[in-house]
Amino acid sequence: MPAFSETVVRYDEPLADAPAVTGRRSARAPLVVVIGAVLVAALVVAPLFVVFGQALSAGSAEASRLLFRPRTAELLRNTLLLVALTVPLTVFLGCGAAWLVERTTLPGAGVWRALLLMPLAIPAFVSSYAWTSVLPSVQGLGGAVFITTLAYYPFVFLPVAALLRALDQDHLDSARSLGSSGWDAVRRVVLPQLRPAVAGGSLLVALHLLAEFGVLQMMRYPTFTTSILQQFAVGFSNAAGSLLAAVLALLCLGFLTVEVLFRGKTRIARLGPGTGRRPVAHRLGAWTVPTVAGLAVLVGLAVAVPGAIVVRWLARAVSTSAIDAGPLLAATGSSVGLAVLAGLVTTVAALPGAWLLHRYPSRAAIGLERVTYVSSALPGVVIGLALVTLAVQWARPVYQTAALAVAAYAILFLPRAMVSWRSGLAAAPTELIEASRSLGVSGFGTFVRVVLPLVLPSALTGFVLTFLATVTELTATLLLAPTGTETLATAFWSASDELDYVASAPYAAGMIALSVPLTVLLRRQILDQR
Amino acid sequence: MRRRTFLTGLGALGTATLVGCGSKSDDNGYVADPGALQVYSAQHENLTKAWVEAFTKDTGIKVQIRKGGDSSMGHQLVAEGAESPADVFLTENSPAMTLVERNKLLAPLEEATARQVPADLTPSSKAWTSIAARSTVLVYNPSKLPPTELPKSLMDLAGPEWKDRWGCAPGGADFQAIVAGMLAGQGEQKTKDWLKGLKTNARALQNNIATMKSVNAGEIPCGVIYHYYWYRDQAGTKEGSGNTKLHYFRNQDPGAFVSLSGGAVLAGAKKPDEARKFLQYITSKAGQQVLVDSKSMEYAVGVGVPSAPALPPLATLQAPPVDPFTLSSDQVTTLMTDAGIL
Repeated sequence: MPAFSETVVRYDEPLADAPAVTGRRSARAPLVVVIGAVLVAALVVAPLFVVFGQALSAGSAEASRLLFRPRTAELLRNTLLLVALTVPLTVFLGCGAAWLVERTTLPGAGVWRALLLMPLAIPAFVSSYAWTSVLPSVQGLGGAVFITTLAYYPFVFLPVAALLRALDQDHLDSARSLGSSGWDAVRRVVLPQLRPAVAGGSLLVALHLLAEFGVLQMMRYPTFTTSILQQFAVGFSNAAGSLLAAVLALLCLGFLTVEVLFRGKTRIARLGPGTGRRPVAHRLGAWTVPTVAGLAVLVGLAVAVPGAIVVRWLARAVSTSAIDAGPLLAATGSSVGLAVLAGLVTTVAALPGAWLLHRYPSRAAIGLERVTYVSSALPGVVIGLALVTLAVQWARPVYQTAALAVAAYAILFLPRAMVSWRSGLAAAPTELIEASRSLGVSGFGTFVRVVLPLVLPSALTGFVLTFLATVTELTATLLLAPTGTETLATAFWSASDELDYVASAPYAAGMIALSVPLTVLLRRQILDQR
Repeated sequence: MRRRTFLTGLGALGTATLVGCGSKSDDNGYVADPGALQVYSAQHENLTKAWVEAFTKDTGIKVQIRKGGDSSMGHQLVAEGAESPADVFLTENSPAMTLVERNKLLAPLEEATARQVPADLTPSSKAWTSIAARSTVLVYNPSKLPPTELPKSLMDLAGPEWKDRWGCAPGGADFQAIVAGMLAGQGEQKTKDWLKGLKTNARALQNNIATMKSVNAGEIPCGVIYHYYWYRDQAGTKEGSGNTKLHYFRNQDPGAFVSLSGGAVLAGAKKPDEARKFLQYITSKAGQQVLVDSKSMEYAVGVGVPSAPALPPLATLQAPPVDPFTLSSDQVTTLMTDAGIL
């Protein structure tokens, strides 16, 4: 795109297009940041070493016997099929909905923005439990794709909507003035800029699918993760489970590579004089009614139906006075406590790596970042088991304490905070930092006075995403929570395991009630882009 | 401004949580209570809770329960070794207990406790005691499977005529105990062949309840479960079992296998006296009566304690004679993995 070299700057290779900023960027990163990033990466990688170590402990003959059997092929096929069907669907729904909300004359766009994010507030395993209770035929691959698509499309919708909102109309207008047709301008200006958001969102969806357990267990659709859980149930941390987990980690590496290739290197922050102009909305005209109907169906399937079913169970629980307030309050307290801790720890832990990547991009920094993703694609139980193994051998005092559970959450959810920090840091262009430094402000001072205010909304997004994920995390929690601690998710799971809809209802409602306000807050992530 | 208020609130919440974590020691805290007896339990939560509450009321000894599954908890105890925080281990089935026993992690069973349970309901090793029992049954839907067509033996279900006509929960410890019983009674080759038949014929379900409900809904004609899920549902709403009946295989068939739930004191228990008292209590007449009253519908194993009247007496089930000490969970896992079931 030679016509836009002024505004479209290579993001990961500053030397190529932005000579003005090379001076600072080629400087050495502060030692404390490097140490922080390396320590966090080491913590994240530690479980992987345990997994691979355990997988290798089987010996090569036993390992190949366990690995190269029809069951492994069956699981691989199931897992890849699920990803291949669900990711394109979430991209289609996420991008389509984002475009409608941000770039068209859709009536009530603000309300839709909140409603379209709402699936994040309904744990996917609650939603699948609700659907199967009224429609037992929601099963197998079809059911799994149906439920996960509805639950995960917001991971694409959120970053794409934020980007579309931040898009500068001037870019489009320049393209048009240079002779591009409307669609051509979109293709050449908008789509390249969307690529990182679509790629990042798809990656999150794909990694989620690799690690998903609750939904697929209820759908009776065996994947690597459900099978690993089964191996865990019969053998705790045996070689068979670890081998499957190692394959899963390799799959994840594959997805990460694909994402890097697809993401491109487009820079998003505006350069040059003046301020951006709000995009001009497309007129929906006669399409308004069908569009609204379509969105209503989407929100209805993803939110209204499961929500209504939970409310119906809850009503029955209330009318039969089946709700025991004590355990419910205790579980809510544990969930909130663990989620707040996990949110804080994860957000802080993600900063050094994100900072390093933003300010001092190098192969090493990118490597550190990628490393954090691999562990997050493993099912919680694998990370949990690895931490149990590590703690039993090396860190007895933290065994069966909240600290170990929080460490697991940080390992599992670091990418969420990382992605959020990165979009925030992208909004704080280096030039501002240069200016601050040139005015004599120290590095730390610049961080506090210039960078922090700009990135705080993103940090908050990272916190909220981690909080939401922690509240609904199941398998690591089952394993790592201190004795006597029950969270909303584990209590819901035990009740749902007995297929006791009424007993599970208060815990499902509790998770949703905790998540809804935070999901609404995520709307700010989109709004704050301007 | 609103964001700042929110952030301040968040900070305060976080601090409060951190402070809370440091000082918590009550029941819903984030740390194990060092003053409480630590019971690792794979038994049903309701039954364990009923025992614990009655025991604490009697003795004033505080108990904390850590929940888990049979096999995973057994392996967890092995991984934790002598340093385990656990004082007592309760299982649903015996193979997991045997696993811990073989790793020499159990304290010898007290004579007084052993005497409270009949000898034929305890392992020959006498390292642990049974605390409850459950029987294998075939739950069937008479409208899909007339009683005249019922299988004579559990082994029949591997035959081609049973393709897509039955279900079970092979991922669960309950079912694996049944396979372990089959392995002990019928040998490895017959068990292997049967598992091959299972892989082709059976629908794999999440657990016993899901299996029963599938049969009840007519999705499959019959399923292999333990008896008490059915009796519990019958005693309640009959929502999940109203259209079904139970078939007992009897005749010492592998399908008549009776699985023993185990209880033991860990060799490394921090509170060995309290642990022994607890085990003694739950196998005592009072403790076994708690089981009967808990509506768990599992069989009581205590000497002279009749089980719930709705159940056919244990002695009439003609279970195959299997020493629970010989049941191996690891071999079953390997066989099921090789058959492509796990």
